Amino acid sequence: MDYPIYEHDVLVIGAGGAGLRAAIEASAMGCRVGLVCKSLLGKAHTVMAEGGIAAALGNVDARDNWEVHFADTMRGGQYLNNWRMAEIHAKEAPERVRELEAWGAVFDRTKDGRILQRHFGGHKYPRLAHVGDRTGLEMIRTLQDHGIHQGIDVHMECTIIRLLKDGDRVVGAFGYYRERGQFVVFHAKAIVLATGGIGKAYKITSNSWEYTGDGHALAYEAGAELVDMEFVQFHPTGMVWPPSVRGILVTEGVRGEGGVLRNALGKRFMFDDIPEAYRNSTADNEEEGFLYVIGEKYQGRDARRPPELLTRDHVARCIVREIREGRGSPHGGVFLELQTFCDWLERRRPGLNKAEYIKKKLPSMYHQFKQLGGIDITKQPMEVGPTVHYIMGGVRVDGDTQMSTVPGLFAAGEVAGGLHGANRLGGNSLSDLLVFGKRAGEYAARFAKEHAAGQLPRDQIEETARWALSFIDHPQGDENPFQVQYDLQETMQNLVGIVRREEDMLRALEALERLRERYRRVRVVGNREYNPGWHTAMDLRNLLIVAEAITRSALERRESRGAQFREDYPNKSEEFGKVNIVVCKGPDGSMRVRREPIPEMPDYLKRVIEQNK
Amino acid sequence: MGKTIFRIWRGDKTGGQFREYQAEVSEGMVVLDVVHQIQATQAPDLACRWNCKAGKCGSCSAEINGQPRLMCMTRMDSLPPGPVTLEPMRAFPIIKDLVTDVSWNYRINKLIPPFKPRPPDFPDGTWRLAQEEVDRVQEFRKCIECFLCQNVCHVLRDHQMKEPPEIFGGPRFMIRVAALEMHPLDTVDRLPLLKDVLNIGLCNITKCCTEVCPEEIHITDNGIIPLKERVVDAYYDPLLWLARKVGNLLGLRKNKKIPLPTLQKNPTSEA
Repeated sequence: MDYPIYEHDVLVIGAGGAGLRAAIEASAMGCRVGLVCKSLLGKAHTVMAEGGIAAALGNVDARDNWEVHFADTMRGGQYLNNWRMAEIHAKEAPERVRELEAWGAVFDRTKDGRILQRHFGGHKYPRLAHVGDRTGLEMIRTLQDHGIHQGIDVHMECTIIRLLKDGDRVVGAFGYYRERGQFVVFHAKAIVLATGGIGKAYKITSNSWEYTGDGHALAYEAGAELVDMEFVQFHPTGMVWPPSVRGILVTEGVRGEGGVLRNALGKRFMFDDIPEAYRNSTADNEEEGFLYVIGEKYQGRDARRPPELLTRDHVARCIVREIREGRGSPHGGVFLELQTFCDWLERRRPGLNKAEYIKKKLPSMYHQFKQLGGIDITKQPMEVGPTVHYIMGGVRVDGDTQMSTVPGLFAAGEVAGGLHGANRLGGNSLSDLLVFGKRAGEYAARFAKEHAAGQLPRDQIEETARWALSFIDHPQGDENPFQVQYDLQETMQNLVGIVRREEDMLRALEALERLRERYRRVRVVGNREYNPGWHTAMDLRNLLIVAEAITRSALERRESRGAQFREDYPNKSEEFGKVNIVVCKGPDGSMRVRREPIPEMPDYLKRVIEQNK
Repeated sequence: MGKTIFRIWRGDKTGGQFREYQAEVSEGMVVLDVVHQIQATQAPDLACRWNCKAGKCGSCSAEINGQPRLMCMTRMDSLPPGPVTLEPMRAFPIIKDLVTDVSWNYRINKLIPPFKPRPPDFPDGTWRLAQEEVDRVQEFRKCIECFLCQNVCHVLRDHQMKEPPEIFGGPRFMIRVAALEMHPLDTVDRLPLLKDVLNIGLCNITKCCTEVCPEEIHITDNGIIPLKERVVDAYYDPLLWLARKVGNLLGLRKNKKIPLPTLQKNPTSEA
């Protein structure tokens, strides 16, 4: 075994917001930390986050506090959330945001000079600390520029393909560098997974090539449990035209700044379908909704939010309904426009420069549509439709420590499950990365201090190396990895998408079986040096695992709740409201699915929810 | 739009050549889409970097018909008809095909002393800042580190001033220092670094960097020129120079000179 071996106390896999924050924390606790990123440092998917970081700072509305944030998160997640995580998240997010400012982040300001907060779907008060519509970039750059001075070893363009185990616990990881394709071994006392999501299991997604469910699959293969995998968030607004940009995100901030959804008939359809749980907090007329956007009162009381700011699962379903019933836009979406709001605002503020106002509020959206779609959003409506954006499910972890069911293996950020339940609120992801990135780093460091290094398993390393090399010039191989990936995406998009049915999903399972068969015949041409075909082949294994986990979990949950809509079970069921669906690898290698009862919530949290109903 | 010929540079550090591919181009496609199409159907080992495909991560920088651009933000219908030439950024060492070794930039970044704020204004650890105070810095912080500005900077591209004794930090890092120097809360003095390590004097403000910036940051006008003025004021103003000399002689100078950082070798495994 002549691969280079790096020794770390804590190895963090993934260098987006959660990974960077975990690495910084573990390093601050005196650990030797390795940070592995699949791309270059600072390019992770966190840069795509636009809207903001949800934290009950109370800068814009002093009534906000952790209790309201907690209750909003639980309501948004339809009470399937790990309530302990939701509690910790709501309590610690403000401190994490202030810490970012102390590390150099430059947030937009309120008139009195504090961090400005904006409205977002499902949040009762303006809660999202933000920087225009490029909050994720600000966050990752701040963490990156802080992190590089903390003595962290960074391994860029390095992909982990196996977690190494010694008995029950993880003791390291095995991977390859893209540049030369050479293998590398990491020997670590604790490992933090921060690999993000699974968007590449679908055809229309806002996610990049990296999002192949690596952490989900690595954890699964290492014996950890995955929870809530049926809950895939379709962001209601992705670009739909031109075809090549289909799926690219249109931030919820557009709706937060007054954007209105209309169907082909010009009708503002969101007013027609307001769920019972949100009726009291949603405006029933245009005037009130717009007053909410600019933070002013309506008839002497607080204005209620416009219906475009209902939760993402609901808005996505309404859009799908309009399209299915033939009221979609020319390219199969609906319209999202800012003109109605701006005209209204101009009447209140004569002389308002509407175009400049939009450009200042939504600079990157303006650019994105101008450059990619040839559309000027200050004058024309956007065409939007749902796009796979996020997975609520992930590695099942302890709420306080973020440790999985495998000793020494931690997970934080999108790859971890629990916080968001059946549906994530916008803005709760960036705060999730910070709060639980820090916690995962801290508890991984503690674990590393309490445990000696384990034995590196030579057989696992050799076996994985053989597997990885088997694709190259595979003698019986006749399948193109890109084609297999494409067919997998097509399968998931069509059969396990926004609207689900048992018969479709059973077909999906059969299709996945055939894809696994084809996967064994994938052949890669060229050598190991920076070879995207080879990388795609290896990532495919992860996508196949994740696709199966999503499908089996979705089949098991025979109800509609949050992000999961079952046409054959269109209502919520009390029975399924009490359980999470958990999958793990059985002793025979097949995927096991079970229902895990949600633990009883303590009384003080029940009271918080009751008070915020 | 039909078929378009793509001439893509294929090779590695030992050499390479342009190879021709025929691509099927449809409405709205960007150059990166074409690269993906060629990858999926004709050349699965064609190397290129990309992530967000929305102009936000700065990974897919390349030279398209000789112009440094982001492949994901260059629409095919914005290019003149006829074959499209695609090659890697030329200011950095080649790894393979369209992928270059940009690790030098990460080493330069590490030379820059981190943000150090003044003590908080309030007991809860917070500060108060007006939006107007942060506008200027926010412009610089839009940078997505695509390194296109570094790629076209002639000090780096033609004169390759990347290793001691002749280093130029390049526009990207002038902007990063500007974001720190003009941050209303920051307390560190980075002028010695600008003058003697990043050698801001080597920039002769041809503004090539500003022209290629996909984020439309006014790199030269708003960043480099004000920094140059600060360096000139601090080091070359005759009256201030005299005052400093006298101050030094009388032992009045408060800030002792701090040792300046030097560029580290061994880039890839440590950032």
